[in-house]
Amino acid sequence: MKTFDYRRATDVGTAVAAVAADPGAAFLGGGTNLVDRMKLGVASPDLLVDVTRLPLDRVQELPGGGLRIGATVRNSDLAADPVVRAHYPVLSQALLSGASGQLRNLATTGGNLLQRTRCVYFQDPDTPCNKREPGTGCSARDGYTRYHAVLGASESCVAVHPSDMAVALAALDAVVVAVGPDGERWIPLTDLHRLPGDAPERDTVLRHGELITAVELPEPVPGARSAYRKVRDRASFAFALVSVAAVLRVADGRVRDVRIALGGVAHKPWRATRAEEALIGAPATAEEFERAAGIELAAARTLRDNAFKVPTARNTITAVLRDLARGGDS
Amino acid sequence: MEVDITLRVDGEDRPLRVDTRTTLLDALRERLGVTAPKKGCDHGQCGSCTVLVNGRRATSCLTFAVAHEDDEVTTAAGLADGDRLHPVQQAFLDHDGYQCGFCTPGQICSAVGMLDELKKGWPSHATADLTGPVDADDDEIRERMSGNLCRCGAYAGIVAAIREAAR
Repeated sequence: MKTFDYRRATDVGTAVAAVAADPGAAFLGGGTNLVDRMKLGVASPDLLVDVTRLPLDRVQELPGGGLRIGATVRNSDLAADPVVRAHYPVLSQALLSGASGQLRNLATTGGNLLQRTRCVYFQDPDTPCNKREPGTGCSARDGYTRYHAVLGASESCVAVHPSDMAVALAALDAVVVAVGPDGERWIPLTDLHRLPGDAPERDTVLRHGELITAVELPEPVPGARSAYRKVRDRASFAFALVSVAAVLRVADGRVRDVRIALGGVAHKPWRATRAEEALIGAPATAEEFERAAGIELAAARTLRDNAFKVPTARNTITAVLRDLARGGDS
Repeated sequence: MEVDITLRVDGEDRPLRVDTRTTLLDALRERLGVTAPKKGCDHGQCGSCTVLVNGRRATSCLTFAVAHEDDEVTTAAGLADGDRLHPVQQAFLDHDGYQCGFCTPGQICSAVGMLDELKKGWPSHATADLTGPVDADDDEIRERMSGNLCRCGAYAGIVAAIREAAR
């Protein structure tokens, strides 16, 4: 591991200025991904600015309704927050399906959003990877692709975003608050992460030195239910093959409001807007849910080992919406 | 870069000079001689390095020692009250919650942290009702301990030990 300087930030302005001034600097949150990447030789910052002691560790209800989640709130605390459990169950469920108890105690809200892909080729400095070293090629495309993208991938990158939390936030219409040298800006969660295109080295639209300070959730949709379901290779402590976050409101047997986001299938949390459009006003039946899922997945492009993700996503979307329509989850 | 820090470990202040690259796990084992936490995978996947940081379980391999000035670190070696074992330690003995013992200090710290999470009513992936009370049944114990691997496969004893300690 390359040597680095360490500073503990006490206020947001100083933290942002320190990282913005040094192209080799990085913010350090819980470290569960960044420290690992440093060990693997995938990241080599020359300065770490530790933001975990910043006063951003609270979950607050917003005056106009909605919730503001500080960027340093730990994943375990957010999952256990009484308001989140009662009014945003999809978020609790997503967090609790990720990592392990001891990792959730370290991982922060901001860091969870900014964790990087676990594509084995990205994590192996001995193989070409456009995300790690732009222009070297993609080892995954013709390699072992069970865990790779079926939606929105490019010739240069087929990696997926690993977060569960971000998928729930995409379905909840969350907004990310970021502070940079030029001030504060609000970024819809669905615009935070990028599709790879020909610049897969850039995971997000954040500029160097911009710090996520909070995530804001709008008021819960009145009368809606929400749930997260994750399909993986073992029952616990594994990344998603496919996951589905959904918020659904049904009245008089018809879909009145629906938000669907998919994990494990793309370079970013995938908001299934085509399926949502196909469902508004439609009968809340398994047949309709499956039809809408099929419309969303028509754009899927599979690789050698991941064709199963298309039927898995279709079936999981259908099952989650069917259960929500039945009132199975809260 | 070297930094002078003081770590509070198992109730004692331990000043030391560390390279910033030193993980909390390496500082404990290699610098302070606190060898209860073990280095298994060194990537946060096996749980054998689990300690309690301010009472909360954490993987000590994925965090730098410099980030823990002012924190209270408790390892499995600091859980007993003099000669009296912590109830979770005693339960592991009574139920054969180990074979070779390598993962045991991590399992025990994880179990102590997890029982506290249960006491606070935190839900898990195995909890059906997110807003209701949580029982320490076997499904809950298995889910909550999934960050600790045991390659001897002593899981049956580990679950039995934690079930008893949860009473």
